[in-house]
Amino acid sequence: MQKFTMLDGVVVPLDRANVDTDAIIPKQFLKSIKRSGFGPNAFDEWRYLDHGEPGMDNARRPLNPDFVLNLPRYQGAQILLARENFGCGSSREHAPWALGDYGFRAIIAPSFADIFFNNCFKNGLLPIRLDAEKVDALFKAVEATPGYRLKVDLEQQSITAPDGTVYRFEVEAFRKHCLLNGLDDIGLTLQHVDEIKAYEARHCAEQPWLCA
Amino acid sequence: MSTQTLYDKLWNSHLVRQEADGTALIYIDRHLVHEVTSPQAFEGLRLAGRKPWRIGSMLAVADHNVPTAGRAQGIADPISRLQVETLDSNCDALGITEFKMSDLRQGIVHVIGPEQGATLPGMTVVCGDSHTSTHGAFAALAFGIGTSEVEHVMATQCLLMKKARAMQVLVEGTLGKGVTAKDIALAVIGKIGTAGGTGFAIEFAGSTIRRLSMEGRMTLCNMAIEAGARAGMIAVDDTTIGYLKGRPFAPQGEMWDKAVAHWRTLTSDAGAQFDQVVRLDAAVIKPQVTWGTSPEMVVAVDGRVPDPANMADPVKRHDAERALHYMGLQANTLIVDINIDKVFIGSCTNARIEDLRAAAAVARGKRIAANVKLAMVVPGSGLVKQQAEQEGLDRIFAAAGFEWRDPGCSMCLAMNDDRLEAGERCASTSNRNFEGRQGPGGRTHLVSPEMAAAAAIAGHFVDVSAI
Ligand code: SF4
Repeated sequence: MQKFTMLDGVVVPLDRANVDTDAIIPKQFLKSIKRSGFGPNAFDEWRYLDHGEPGMDNARRPLNPDFVLNLPRYQGAQILLARENFGCGSSREHAPWALGDYGFRAIIAPSFADIFFNNCFKNGLLPIRLDAEKVDALFKAVEATPGYRLKVDLEQQSITAPDGTVYRFEVEAFRKHCLLNGLDDIGLTLQHVDEIKAYEARHCAEQPWLCA
Repeated sequence: MSTQTLYDKLWNSHLVRQEADGTALIYIDRHLVHEVTSPQAFEGLRLAGRKPWRIGSMLAVADHNVPTAGRAQGIADPISRLQVETLDSNCDALGITEFKMSDLRQGIVHVIGPEQGATLPGMTVVCGDSHTSTHGAFAALAFGIGTSEVEHVMATQCLLMKKARAMQVLVEGTLGKGVTAKDIALAVIGKIGTAGGTGFAIEFAGSTIRRLSMEGRMTLCNMAIEAGARAGMIAVDDTTIGYLKGRPFAPQGEMWDKAVAHWRTLTSDAGAQFDQVVRLDAAVIKPQVTWGTSPEMVVAVDGRVPDPANMADPVKRHDAERALHYMGLQANTLIVDINIDKVFIGSCTNARIEDLRAAAAVARGKRIAANVKLAMVVPGSGLVKQQAEQEGLDRIFAAAGFEWRDPGCSMCLAMNDDRLEAGERCASTSNRNFEGRQGPGGRTHLVSPEMAAAAAIAGHFVDVSAI
């Protein structure tokens, strides 16, 4: 997994609540059996004027000039600013894959859907919860300032705005550790093989019908 | 020992170890697998040179991409076909039990698990699919996971997670005529919002819930995720045990008796504490219809499309305006004045035998309205389909002008050929009314099977409680 330590990136504001995983990556792209290549289809239905299908040459498709990701001032953005309940809906990891593949490394919102939130950490993407008022202030600042950037420091759990304002955020110690070091969960869990085996033996003896 | 919630009991009995910050390693008893969220996990496993930890815990089925008509000809779309073939070959190579497309037992993963008795009380159940919450109806701790976690469970039989907070949704009283578990689910979401359950595991309890059939309980737990909760659950009682008896994967004989004795303990203790309690009076719940692009945008069928101008919260107002624009609806329109183009009866929410019986009872002896271009019934599994045909439901539907299809996810998310065209309006028994969910530009109204069938006959929404 890609490490996450520091990030200094352009911010793009997506001013909608309840952005669901169907919007982040429409289902026709879930037919892929690969993990990468979803970036050009992130937010496909909002981003393009035509209907997207797998295998199309996305570079030749008509862009929706009104969609925020298409505005010249937000090109190359690595930080997505969003509203509440971001990532609701399906458990598909294709959503963080698509966001990561597009180039995002961090998402700031007042709240996230649980499964999506979890999936982000498995893919080197940092979801940051900030109070709704702070997110609102950031929306105003981003919209008022072309080229607006934020500095995210995971070790310090801080976001620094161009005017020097520092926003602190919470992140679980274990997830922070994995992200800072780019650690793969499976490898970590397999350090506890003996404990898992001991548990399993006990569990299956107590409730043998579960282990048939 | 202190009192415990059902969630506490399920959590504690699966705890392998816990880190200082509360991150826990939880053992997984049942891993359901489908074609969309598994290929990258199988590939990851292979690349790392790992093998699945316990093959017997896995049960696989293709459901999202399978056609619901002309199945004998195979899958026309080559990309869909490859995804299904990838699941077949991964399962064959590793010896994982899979119900293939031609198998009578094939169906939607959340329908077949319980139908086979592969979901049992006291289990932890996971699947790379958010509606895994469905299985919580059996007093199981069941939740959806992403593909990295699918691989993690395959490799370690465990998941890393933190304990959620516990919410109790208490529904007391008698449901009115024509009011179903689907309406309870939508009413709960209307009350707490799509993020109301975020960070919680919900237990549904109360006299109304105890009177629900297993099908109804599954419908309710299925939609827990639409309220933001990864898991929904319901305590064990005679209904649970009666449903499971004799199912192929359920224990038999002496083992059955031992299991039942254990299952009887899977309830929240009297006086157990919940972090939050939400109460609903069953008697006041009416048939529900969503009007917008999120399941929380819902009203009773005798109501009107809300007016964003009356919404105080600017974010909510903005979302409501956008939703009305997408849905092609005017504020203050009576719900019963909304005409529909298509009807979809199916999905892991409402494609079990009881759902089909309820819809057929409404459609019996009637014809779908002239303005309804397509009304389709997609059973949740091959066995549901067979049962329905034995009861003659297929003939009732056919005589009324409904199409009778083969099992799968179908127009719930339109990954196969079943979809809405842009601008088409659908009465759907599925669980998500997101933009484009049933096809780009398609407009979805979530309702119960009775309400969907009644809308097909009338050509617009009707209040089934008033028929
Ligand atoms: S029926 Fe719909 S919600 Fe259920 S598993 Fe299939 S696609 Fe998902």
